Amino acid sequence: MAERAHGRHTLPIAVEDDVVIVRRKVRQLAERMGFDLFSIAALTTAASELTRNTWQHGLGGTATLEEVSADDGRPGLRMTFEDHGPGIGDLEQALESGFSTRRSLGLGLSGSQRLVDHFRIESTPGEGTRVVATKWARYPTGR
Amino acid sequence: MIRPGPVAILRIRRTLLAAIQGELSDHVAERFQQDLLRTIERVDATGVLLDISSLEIVDTYVARVLADTGQMARLMGTRTVLVGMRPEIAATLVTMGYLLEGVETALDVDAGLEVLGTFDEAGGRR
Repeated sequence: MAERAHGRHTLPIAVEDDVVIVRRKVRQLAERMGFDLFSIAALTTAASELTRNTWQHGLGGTATLEEVSADDGRPGLRMTFEDHGPGIGDLEQALESGFSTRRSLGLGLSGSQRLVDHFRIESTPGEGTRVVATKWARYPTGR
Repeated sequence: MIRPGPVAILRIRRTLLAAIQGELSDHVAERFQQDLLRTIERVDATGVLLDISSLEIVDTYVARVLADTGQMARLMGTRTVLVGMRPEIAATLVTMGYLLEGVETALDVDAGLEVLGTFDEAGGRR
């Protein structure tokens, strides 16, 4: 889908409180962009899971939030999480429901993938991980 | 009343009402769990209502802390009912594949009290 970028915000993920800060920013953007309540909850929750992953597994990194719009006029929010941590050896396994290397449910990655429309993960052991998650609003906005 | 951050734990007879408000960070969630379990022991609570109607987000971490808290309370002999989950949060958790098993739920505080059967019709204590 062709898309156009409007605004971009990059936030650091360095301490636990950044999980709250990133998801707050996501909520604020999604509300302003006209996402419905269910989509806002999905975006905010995916942001929470992916930020926590970046903090816990990736040893910190950044979250970049971009307002994009599809060629049919629907607004979208693209969230990119990047770290230079140890990386993920087996991506397929990491995306399985219930897989967890730490004290968690293991639904962070697989669950986030289900909450958005487009999900891409790239990881190189020893170099880091990059997750891109995009969700489109159901309807075009006026702008 | 105990106030561990954004969580107020109220005691009504032997029932505890824990209203979780605003933003629940990971460490606040864990501290809340410990505070609630200690309060159950201290006041000899027979039932707990976990009111999450003010929570705008429940990710899998917070969901697990809530479910674990209910199971821990059950081991202590106290029944816990999770009340007030917003529709969009229920939808999000199910979409993620998390069914919050192991903890009873009710629509709101009133329904939760009925589940607990805390007060009989005359309003007396059981």
